[in-house]
Amino acid sequence: MEASSASASAPRPRRTRGDLSDEIAKYVLIGLLLIMPVYYGIQDLADEGDLSRLATNIKDGLSNGAILALIAIGYTLVYGIIELINFAHGDVFMLGTLVSLGFFGTIGLTEATGGAGLFLGMLLTLLLAMVACGTLNTMIERVAYRPLRGAPRLAPLITAIGFSFILQNVGLLWIGGSHRSVPDLVGSQDRLFEFAGVTVSNGDVLAAVVTVPLVLLLVNFINKHRLGRAMRATAQDPEAARLMGINVDTTIGLTFLLGGMMAGAAGIVYALYQTDAWFFQGFQAGLLAFTSAVLGGIGNLRGAVLGGLIIGIIQQLSDNRIATEWTPAIVFAYLVLILVFRPQGLLGEKGREAG
Amino acid sequence: MSAVAKAGRAFSLPGKGSKKRSRVLAALAILGAIILPLFYESGSPWVEDYTIALAYVVMALGLNVVVGFAGLLDLGYVAFFAIGAYTIGWFASGHFAQVNIHVGVAEQLRDVPGIHLNYLLIAVIAIVLAAALGAILGFPTLRLRGDYIAIVTLAFGEIIHRVAVNGDEGVFGIGEFNLTNGRSGINPIDKIDLPFVERFTTLDLRPWYWLALAIALVILFVNVRLRDSRLGRAWIAVREDEVAAVSMGVPTTKVKLLAYSIGAAMGGLGGSFIGAFYEQVNADQFEFSFSIFVLAMIILGGLGSVWGVVVGAVALSLINTRLIPDVFNSVPQKIGLDFDLTQLGFGIFGFLLVIMMVLRPQGMIPEKRRAAELVDHIGTGSESVYEVRK
Repeated sequence: MEASSASASAPRPRRTRGDLSDEIAKYVLIGLLLIMPVYYGIQDLADEGDLSRLATNIKDGLSNGAILALIAIGYTLVYGIIELINFAHGDVFMLGTLVSLGFFGTIGLTEATGGAGLFLGMLLTLLLAMVACGTLNTMIERVAYRPLRGAPRLAPLITAIGFSFILQNVGLLWIGGSHRSVPDLVGSQDRLFEFAGVTVSNGDVLAAVVTVPLVLLLVNFINKHRLGRAMRATAQDPEAARLMGINVDTTIGLTFLLGGMMAGAAGIVYALYQTDAWFFQGFQAGLLAFTSAVLGGIGNLRGAVLGGLIIGIIQQLSDNRIATEWTPAIVFAYLVLILVFRPQGLLGEKGREAG
Repeated sequence: MSAVAKAGRAFSLPGKGSKKRSRVLAALAILGAIILPLFYESGSPWVEDYTIALAYVVMALGLNVVVGFAGLLDLGYVAFFAIGAYTIGWFASGHFAQVNIHVGVAEQLRDVPGIHLNYLLIAVIAIVLAAALGAILGFPTLRLRGDYIAIVTLAFGEIIHRVAVNGDEGVFGIGEFNLTNGRSGINPIDKIDLPFVERFTTLDLRPWYWLALAIALVILFVNVRLRDSRLGRAWIAVREDEVAAVSMGVPTTKVKLLAYSIGAAMGGLGGSFIGAFYEQVNADQFEFSFSIFVLAMIILGGLGSVWGVVVGAVALSLINTRLIPDVFNSVPQKIGLDFDLTQLGFGIFGFLLVIMMVLRPQGMIPEKRRAAELVDHIGTGSESVYEVRK
């Protein structure tokens, strides 16, 4: 939440050497992020004479990144309000995929379903996945985090890890230990149109069509709605918010609800885009999304979206150019570098995260 | 800050009677542990399970230094297990068949290619390598706050895991060097050969058990002494209020790095023993869940409580190797459910983490000071979630 980081009353601090090194760190970080696209761009120009392969990578990266951005929003909202890394969030996303997979079967959506039926069915599944994941996330907060308010920060973090394992096990019991294929309802890889040498497929459009309105709605809600204002107030100062008559517990619950709903939406997009479901997918996706949230500046909504898209591109480049099995290691190396050089991320303010 | 001022007094004056009593109890427990394998056949699977439990005690005590004493939530502890295990994999097997180095090994190994060192040497190397890795991995986290430390250590743990899994053909896709032999693993690893005793065999598991017990006792002693030392008090101070600790002159950088190094060294030692005991090192052993498994042990026993951690490690390890696969595995079928209980292992540990943290955060055998922090939220000062931000 952007508003929380800009405390209005504080006098504007003078520029010091610390600020300068901070600015430098920011550009170092941007430089680090540009290494891979620039390197492979030059390589492509040398080998093939055009940038179409890089552009395709970036397009795929943006689609993946849209999913990551939806998950990252959940991390960032929760961290913004109670400063907790919600470890179970990735697994809530995983259950979103499983709910979608299950519900496709229930209402009988297959590749053969056409037109309006398909659209309505998917819309219904989207709503169901969002409600299911939102509810689940709120319940986890109620059971595992609320009793630990005021305890050392270690405590809720450990229950979060515990819940992550519980949810993974639920997934394991639900669909078993192996990958499950999801019916390819939208023809995820089918060519829709071509733009400047890049083939855009149905899946890419789907990711954009679901993500963009949801993010806009959420931003609007947080900026304009009464409850959104309450969320921002609580993030800024829980005690003062309580004194102003805001029900802090309800507001925190609402934050988890919104975060979970975004994760649910990410779950169905993932199911349709990757046409694959796995009980362990939430672990890696969760870590990537968390990296995105940190990259953008945790607690910052726009940052989470930006970070998600960037990490999506890095992930895709690494998958395509280096090797899929090294991707997690590369993204985690980025995570460590970000935290070392600029813990407040690209858009975050100094002082809330590190130290 | 009272936390720092009181730190000196915290451990100095337990009641006389209770000190004596706990000493007698400890002596009895150790004696019982020494004669325990004599009640079983020499190759009994029970002795095997006990040996593994003791190796876990070593690791849990190591993690306890980092998490329990210094309050740095390390979620990448598996990295040190891995480095310890790979130390014995590299230096006591035919993995590097292109060289021939033999130091203090049995006659029959003299002609086998590869590096073959005596276990005592390997233990020292494992401790040194792990301690160095601990300091290296700890270094980037020094500026960060609790939950960020957790994430960075987790990321390191995963990076190490990835290197282990994919390290059979270069690292990060560069080069062709076979560092870890990936999922097929490094095997066979030489059996432990100590001076003055016969070479260990797979038929007689008692020597393995006694060696593990000896290591565990040494580590236990080190843990107790560390807890009561100047360094131990510095850890408490850093854990409870870092700002106050700095202003009282505690060198936080050094103190934190020491916590990481010491904890890592113990993990490396435990890892080298497990590698030798299983006679193989396999990349699949180094999953994130291992870190959580060890964390669950110290949470169950009691954060910071040395004896609690021992009990927690033995309990969880035996639950994992004995209770879930052997005793309870038929229960779901009996009540008409169709699933394999061993699949549920980590769900059960996750559940345990949640339940313990919500209902009894101080653990089974609580450590006084930690209990005050976790239950009454005393001395958690700036760590509280509801702290008003500046």
